[in-house]
Amino acid sequence: MKKAAYSFPEEVLEHVFSFIVSDKDRSSISLVCKSWYEIERWCRRKVFVGNCYAVSPPILIKRFPELRSVTLKGKPHFADFNLVPEGWGGFACPWIRAMAGAYPWLEEIRLKRMVVSDESLEIIAKSFRNFKVLVLSSCEGFTTEGLAAIAANCRNLRELDLRESEVEDLSGRWLSDFPDSYTSLESLNISCLGNEVNLLALERLVSRCPNLKTLRLNRAVPLDRLPNLLRGAPQLAELGTGAYTSEMRPDVFSNLAEAFAGCKQLKTLSGFWDVLPSYLPAVNPICSQLISLNLSYATVQSPDLIKLVSLCEKLQKLWVLDYIEDDGLEVLAASCKDLRELRVFPSDPFGLEPNVALTEQGLVSVSEGCPKLQSVLYFCRQMSNAALNTIARNRPNLTRFRLCIIEPRSPDYLTLQPLDDGFGAIVEHCKDLRRLSLSGLLTDRVFEYIGTYGKKLEMLSVAFAGDSDLGLHHVLSGCDNLRKLEIRDCPFGDKALLANAAKLETMRSLWMSSCSVSFGACKVLGQKMPRLNVEVMDESGPPDSRPESSPVEKLYVYRTVAGPRLDMPGFVWTMDDDSALRIS
Amino acid sequence: MEKVGLNLEATELRLGLPGSADEHDEKLSSCSYSSSSSSSVVIRSNKRSSPEESIDDEEELKSNKRTMISHHNDDQDKNVPPSKAQVVVGWPPIRSYRKNNGVQQQQQEQKKKGEEVYVKVSMAGAPYLRKIDLNFYNTYQQLLLALENMFNCTFGEYSEREGYNGSEFAPTYEDKDGDWMLVGDVPWNMFISSCKRLRIVKESEAKGLGCL
Repeated sequence: MKKAAYSFPEEVLEHVFSFIVSDKDRSSISLVCKSWYEIERWCRRKVFVGNCYAVSPPILIKRFPELRSVTLKGKPHFADFNLVPEGWGGFACPWIRAMAGAYPWLEEIRLKRMVVSDESLEIIAKSFRNFKVLVLSSCEGFTTEGLAAIAANCRNLRELDLRESEVEDLSGRWLSDFPDSYTSLESLNISCLGNEVNLLALERLVSRCPNLKTLRLNRAVPLDRLPNLLRGAPQLAELGTGAYTSEMRPDVFSNLAEAFAGCKQLKTLSGFWDVLPSYLPAVNPICSQLISLNLSYATVQSPDLIKLVSLCEKLQKLWVLDYIEDDGLEVLAASCKDLRELRVFPSDPFGLEPNVALTEQGLVSVSEGCPKLQSVLYFCRQMSNAALNTIARNRPNLTRFRLCIIEPRSPDYLTLQPLDDGFGAIVEHCKDLRRLSLSGLLTDRVFEYIGTYGKKLEMLSVAFAGDSDLGLHHVLSGCDNLRKLEIRDCPFGDKALLANAAKLETMRSLWMSSCSVSFGACKVLGQKMPRLNVEVMDESGPPDSRPESSPVEKLYVYRTVAGPRLDMPGFVWTMDDDSALRIS
Repeated sequence: MEKVGLNLEATELRLGLPGSADEHDEKLSSCSYSSSSSSSVVIRSNKRSSPEESIDDEEELKSNKRTMISHHNDDQDKNVPPSKAQVVVGWPPIRSYRKNNGVQQQQQEQKKKGEEVYVKVSMAGAPYLRKIDLNFYNTYQQLLLALENMFNCTFGEYSEREGYNGSEFAPTYEDKDGDWMLVGDVPWNMFISSCKRLRIVKESEAKGLGCL
């Protein structure tokens, strides 16, 4: 009956907790009892905030006083496709300011889809003495001046990754701001920068950092400088080339091939802008060791792609343009038995007629030939229920399936029926499916399948689909693990939304644009659910200047413990629980 | 899901208005329309009939049509199918940097030449001259960086008082009058229109002093 026999000293518990790394598990630990909550929050070092508006800097800092690593995500996913207007939000500054004061020993900041200013970068550069990792993924709002501050001040920087960010490129000189004494770089990704960087500074930087494992150059780095860079870093594991073209000279080619051959640990290749096909074979010496290949900018035709891909027997991840065509995918299926992820992007997405011989058959071949295939992103112009059925049966181990049939509402091209059954087969057979994107002609039936079978589904993207509220209702009531739902141009409205209001608190967020949700329903939702932020976006003026029954342009609903946000631009209104419209 | 050819749909329990789904499907398969608001309308010609008449009785579609009309921007007459695809915002879902760096862009850039202004560039001690297209650059910084890369040299910081201080080399150019000028003194556009050739000189030469 003595409690003492059953309680461990704090230090022991802390030590035990240090082995628990996943966020979910740490959350579970903190719910066991008050003392565990306390111990856990003091020793938590890493936090992931999936929606920066779900919580606020003071709340985060109050609960976790000793963080070393913070990840924040800002804008909704559809911002990637220009559906979120400029100025919407996702500002990193308040977070960075707060963290600068609270976490002097912060080492890692990872931001996705946030607006980051040069001022914020300067604060980072000056506030964290042991700063090691900066990842800005799909961010915007900063210039090369901000990067110069990071380069000049972060003596312990290991990783600087600007993947897919929009950077105002004022000058390539910022790279020279890394002091000569700086040698700790392990990963550098500048592939998004538009202008030339100082190549001499780059070469010197690369050759003096012995732990450099990842180097992703931008398009402006010419091919004839690549061999020198590679020779300066033979330990490279991941390389993104610059422009892959040059005057065709035999010495350039052999120089390049030799340099590639010298990189015995190179496993990942990307870049390949402006590819001159005759230079592709320069990578042949290392094909057999490649596990990841991103050729999605390489405008080369199928035969050249086939020659390359057929040599990559260990390939696990391939991103490629639809130039690869069905033939190329067949070769892929035959050669790359370890393939886990395939993404095929369209070379001519706005053309009316197909420009390449890529159909559903390519995907079917890969699903047949690659037993480990888990993740698919596929753009094509025709699909059939039969093909989807075959894919589903071939690959029940799929976890991510994103299909984009380019023309909205395309039916099964063989039967002219909706593709409900095909996608139904996918959710039925792929029991571990976590992410699904739909396209083509779809009725409410596909959502019935999804609600019935998509029990592990966490993220669903829907466009131009469905007939009625039933569709939305099936998904919200059936998908037990749904976290993110994004919908555009579907006839879903008030009934399903209000009937499933409680469900929305179990999800991270819901996006609905160009649907049939009325302003009145948004107000009701906001009133009913105080722990949700119900944000209405309308660029044509305040929604209350129109009848309550008129549909809102865009709706973004997310759970939060921080209350309505205070940084909304003029075209965003939050539906308060006191039902007063706050007009910013 | 093995329903191909068996038409089990007729006997299946459906969640939807009775009869509407099939009718709906047939109509949908023969036309393409949009039930969305102003930002997204897709009309393709050559294959589809006019969208107006084939929308059926479902309430949502009617209200969406109303929405479409009330929000619509008036620059599309839906009764006349245009000859090209109308572009829908954010569809297909491709990131903008892919559009910018992708195929079409690369092909366009290769085709687009524009006016090129090639000038010779010489450097003391270099075995041969080079040529660059001044119009390719938009600022002094870009030009200087390109020169630094081309000749493997560095220029110091430019200042009005001291020119390029802090390194071995400085960029100079010959202007329309035949005078040798320091690069950077005049506005960029003025520079481009008056520059006849470039020369990279040793910093000491630029200052008029002997070697240190």
